[in-house]
Amino acid sequence: MFYIYCPHCCEHREEEEFHAAGQAHIPRPLDPDACTDKEWGEYMYFRKNPRGIHHELWVHSAGCRKFFNITRDTQTYEIKEVYKIGEKPSVVANAVEVQNSHTQNSSKTPLENTLESQSGATL
Amino acid sequence: MSDVTVEVMEKKLVTNQRPTDAIVGESPLHHADLASIASQGPQEGGVHFCEHKLLGLLTLRCVPLPQQQEEIESLLGVALPMAPLTSVTKDDTSIGKVSVRWVGPDEWLIIVPGDEAFDLETRFFETLSGHFSLVNISGGSTVFDVSGDQVVSMLKKSIPVDLHIREFPVGKVVSTIFAKSGAIVCRLGENQFELVVRRSFADYLWLWVQDASREYGLVVKTS
Repeated sequence: MFYIYCPHCCEHREEEEFHAAGQAHIPRPLDPDACTDKEWGEYMYFRKNPRGIHHELWVHSAGCRKFFNITRDTQTYEIKEVYKIGEKPSVVANAVEVQNSHTQNSSKTPLENTLESQSGATL
Repeated sequence: MSDVTVEVMEKKLVTNQRPTDAIVGESPLHHADLASIASQGPQEGGVHFCEHKLLGLLTLRCVPLPQQQEEIESLLGVALPMAPLTSVTKDDTSIGKVSVRWVGPDEWLIIVPGDEAFDLETRFFETLSGHFSLVNISGGSTVFDVSGDQVVSMLKKSIPVDLHIREFPVGKVVSTIFAKSGAIVCRLGENQFELVVRRSFADYLWLWVQDASREYGLVVKTS
C-alpha cells in the first residue's frame, strides 16, 4: 500500500482514497488543425513507460477530488515528490526531457523530444 | 481562451426540494424504523447510533475573494473555514444550527436545519456577488451521528484514517472512504463523530454499523 501525501489536504492518506490518472505533463498541441496524423497520434495515444523516474497524474478521488502530480520511481515504487498542477518537478530523470515536454511552443513532436532526450542521456 | 460568449443568466432557477405538508418526508432509513429500535432495543452499549434525518445540505464551490468571504459570513453567521480539513459549527445563528465543513480548497459543505435550506439557497443567489456555485444536495445525502466509548474501535474497522485524538482532533473533517463508500467524517467530540453519507448507501452503511458494533453493543437513539 502507498501512503500518499495530498498537497491540497496537506496530509498523508491511504492509497485507497486515490486514483492514478496516467502520465503527467502531456502538452496539448497548440494548433490541433495543423498537426500531422502522426503528431496527433503521439499526443493522443503514446505514453512513456520508463524504468525509473516517472511523473504521474493522480487524483484524490475520495477526498478533496483534486488532481496533482507525483514523481515516482517505477522500479522501487518510491514516491520521490508530490507537487501541484502547474508546478514543475524538482526531481527529474534528466533535465533535457522535462524542459522539452514543458515547452508548449516546441515545433518538435513528442517522439523527437524523446529521441533527443535519449541521445542527451547517452552523452 | 474561448471564442464562445456565454450569456450570463440573470436568475438561477432554485427549486424547493422540501415536500409539501401533504407529502410526508421520509429519511433513507425510514424502513429500518429506528424509533422502535430506540425505544425497544438495548439501552446500554459501546456504540450509539443516531440518524439526523432531512437536514439541509448545500455544496458551495468558489475561490472566495475577501468581499465574498464577508458576504458568506453574513449569510451563514459563521466564517468559511479556509484551512484544510477544518470545520466550524455554531448553534445559535439566526437560522439555527449551522455547520460548515471544508471538503476541498474550493469546496465546502454547509449543513443547516432542513426547513432553512431553501431560504438560505435563495438568499445566496440574491446576495452573494462574483463567481460561485451553490447546489442543494439535501436529497442525496443523510447524516449519521455515531458516539460512545467504543466508537473509535468501530470506526477503525471502517475508515482508513488515523483516528488518534492527536492526529484527528475535535473539529477536524475528512472526506474519505467509509466501508468502501464515500463519507465526510467530522469529529464532534472525543467520542462523537458525524458521517455525511450518500442516501443510496444509507441502508448498506446502517447494516455495516450494526455488524461492526456487534461486539461492543449498539444503542440506537432518536434525534
